Amino acid sequence: MSQYKVVHCNINGKDVERMVDVRASLTDMLRNEYHLTSVKKGCEVGECGACNVLINGEAFNSCIYLAVWAEGKTILTLEGLEGPNGELSDIQQAFIDETAIQCGFCTPGFIMTAAEILNSGKEYSDEELRKLLSGHLCRCTGYENIFRAVKKTMLKRLEAAKA
Amino acid sequence: MIVGQREPRVDGYDKATGRTKYYEDRMPANALYVRIKHAEKAHAIVRSIDISAAAAIPGVVKVLTCFDVPNLPFATAGHPWSMDPGHRDTADRLLLNRHVRYWGDDVAVVIAENEVAANQGVRALKVDYEELPFVLDAQEAMKDGAPQLHDGFPNNILKHTQNIKGDYQEAIKEPGLIKVEGWYDTPTVQHAHIENFGCFAYMENGRIVVVASTQIPHIIRRIVAQAVGRPWGDIEIIKPYIGGGFGNKQDALYEPLCAWCTTQVGGRPVRIDCSREETFVSNRVRHAIRYHIISWVRKDGTIAARKVDLYSNQGAYASHGHSIAAKGLNAIPQKYPCPAYEGNAWTVYTNRPAAGAMRGYGMPQANYADEANIDDCAKAVGIDPWEFRKLNIMPKGFHDPFSGNTNYYDTYRECMAKGAEIMDYERKRKEYGHDTGNIRRGIGLATFWYNTAVYPISLETSSNRMQLNLDGTVTMQCGETEIGQGADTAYAQMTAEAIGLKSYKDVHVISCQDTDITPTGTGAYASRQTYVAGFSIRQTADLLKEKILKRAQSLTRQMPYNMDIVDGNIIRREDKMVLMSLQELAMTAQYDTVNSEHITAESTYTIRNNAYSFGCTFAEVEVDIAMCKAQVTRILNVHDCGKLINPALAEAQVHGGQSMAIGYGLSEQLIFDEKTGKPLNNNLLDYKLSTFMDHPRLEAAFIENPEPTSPFGTKSLGEPPACSPAPAIRNAILHATGVAIDRLPINPHVLFAELSKAGLIHDSWLDKEEK
Repeated sequence: MSQYKVVHCNINGKDVERMVDVRASLTDMLRNEYHLTSVKKGCEVGECGACNVLINGEAFNSCIYLAVWAEGKTILTLEGLEGPNGELSDIQQAFIDETAIQCGFCTPGFIMTAAEILNSGKEYSDEELRKLLSGHLCRCTGYENIFRAVKKTMLKRLEAAKA
Repeated sequence: MIVGQREPRVDGYDKATGRTKYYEDRMPANALYVRIKHAEKAHAIVRSIDISAAAAIPGVVKVLTCFDVPNLPFATAGHPWSMDPGHRDTADRLLLNRHVRYWGDDVAVVIAENEVAANQGVRALKVDYEELPFVLDAQEAMKDGAPQLHDGFPNNILKHTQNIKGDYQEAIKEPGLIKVEGWYDTPTVQHAHIENFGCFAYMENGRIVVVASTQIPHIIRRIVAQAVGRPWGDIEIIKPYIGGGFGNKQDALYEPLCAWCTTQVGGRPVRIDCSREETFVSNRVRHAIRYHIISWVRKDGTIAARKVDLYSNQGAYASHGHSIAAKGLNAIPQKYPCPAYEGNAWTVYTNRPAAGAMRGYGMPQANYADEANIDDCAKAVGIDPWEFRKLNIMPKGFHDPFSGNTNYYDTYRECMAKGAEIMDYERKRKEYGHDTGNIRRGIGLATFWYNTAVYPISLETSSNRMQLNLDGTVTMQCGETEIGQGADTAYAQMTAEAIGLKSYKDVHVISCQDTDITPTGTGAYASRQTYVAGFSIRQTADLLKEKILKRAQSLTRQMPYNMDIVDGNIIRREDKMVLMSLQELAMTAQYDTVNSEHITAESTYTIRNNAYSFGCTFAEVEVDIAMCKAQVTRILNVHDCGKLINPALAEAQVHGGQSMAIGYGLSEQLIFDEKTGKPLNNNLLDYKLSTFMDHPRLEAAFIENPEPTSPFGTKSLGEPPACSPAPAIRNAILHATGVAIDRLPINPHVLFAELSKAGLIHDSWLDKEEK
């Protein structure tokens, strides 16, 4: 097998292709080939959640997902969540409003999992929300305000869906 | 008012969009990878290193070993330099070490064009060790005949200090005293900021530039210069945004090694990126400290005398050394003053990872031991723990002659009263504590002692530069660093308020420090930032204002005394008439073809004050006896940190400290193999950091007594929240079960042992429950 392979995929709404090292993780590909530096590295073994992105709408730790597996997939990183003129999505705004951000290093991963949760359109109990978010580690916030941001946005969206 | 408002963070948008640049996001594309060979022995001498196989790997550029480094021992602690040689940190390590002192010590590096080659190179190094016996426990290391780590430190004692007040031996002769004695053990834990430490270095015009994930850029410049043997001016340190620090990055980690490596490859850029596993072991950890406390209590609940001995496990290198132990030794007799105190603190080298600064700086250990013992005292004399504390805790007006600190308010009692009310403590204290089933409820409290900044132990200084921009906004720079806590937002609020701008958004804080450009400050530690920066912000704002009004004098024909700056306009004081905006003034001054002026101010303030910052934690627990699991069901911290600059950020700061401290209380510890000294759980799966599932809603409350020494009435809040939750949880478990647990973390392993010892777990227990 050749050490390099072309990977075609859709990243943040754009069809792209790039030659990548078959040993590279999706984190490496997104950071190094596409300069999507919101994808953070905190452990590189799937423990901390900082590198989390959505692959075909589902949250994955991109550090333990090989770049070559992204072939044909649709990938969303935090850069893809904002509008074309830098408009914030509701969940990003909620993170700011609820003081859910401190050092900011776990933030992108958290927001992408929150996006997955919110995109489900389901109403979760507090316990369910906590469990769904528990794949991410944060050392600054104690998770308190992150929880508030996600819950507030969930309720807002549910309210809007009813109207 | 701009100060005191719940404003969103100045860096919120960039962080919510992932645009914020951390060190790795600024990496030069051609940086060479430096990977470190960590010793796989707890104590050994490197006889030789065979580098031939590593050097032959394609892509490997250079291999450097402990036989190649300059013989310049350096100290790594992020303390201000002292002009007094007797007050400097211990210089006890080299860039790479032949004498291996812990499992994970640095013995060689491989520099390669790519990461794979660098890692392969490290694995291909053949190190020949002469193994030595090792010691992991501080008290064992003090014994005669124990393995010796460093020359000049017999019995591995880095330092021993005493604190003696009154005559302890005489005081304990008082008839009727009750002796309450305990040994209280705290574990080795790690900061576990989500961004691992990393840095890169290159040479520019013959000087070394290091971009590092650090809390202390100006201090790092000095340490790098000392370690590589160059003039201090040859070094430039750039500190971008960092993904948390908590004290680990208040130390020179691998900046000196990285700086030296670039000089060994012709100044090409080189990078060191610690893995999580390296961060746990080869950066810094929190000191494991064992306290032995004897209290002598009168039947009326007052304390007659106390004896405190503490043994602080320093690990392999001095780092912050005895400062941590000494802080605990000296805090205890202040918080619970009694007529006689005899205290001894030993900081002892062992073959564990080097312990340094970590959020709380010795106070989580000291407060755990002290507050556990205080609860034991209350129990021994049959007084409610809150009442016992009210009786004995530091009174209003208490003055510490050494620091000059005064307890201006009855802070402790105010905080405890507020906490008791919010938690409905009195009712729950009566209701809980009698459960006989599997789930047992308890409520406990603990107080903490903290101070603000490092005066008078070390220099306290803050410098500041403000520049009036042509649109009437102000750009501000200081050496006190944003590390996630929200310092930049507080600075923006204080600056806007001090000058008289309309909004904190009219202040642009240059977040990233560059030691070539940024006014000198010592960085983020000691919960000093808001307090110390406040002095230089107020002083520099006054200077800027003076310059602005002087310029306005010629433009408005008003005397400076008659003018003020309000909402970004220059106004006449008497009738509040707007004379001109700051924008008009700045433009007119800059583009004056006869007398152009770019209006700036810069100043340094030497802070010669310190400030007490006190508070408490109330915790409720449910102990599942059969599962040996303690669950925190409610937790509240009450702080008096003076006036809040930004209440939203203050609450967030408390949450983070509580979360870290719940981990300290219940789950976190680095474990070492007793047979080899090897760390066994240096990863985020096996090291039990609190997750979303591990604690309840976190609650924060404040008493805002203005701090008289601060120009903004504020004082420390960064570290204090982490200081009292663990003992509050321990005391709640004591209330729930009647079992006093004197070691952390109180995980199921410990609970099983302790509950069994207390007879709560036995074979017939389930049968009895069924009946």
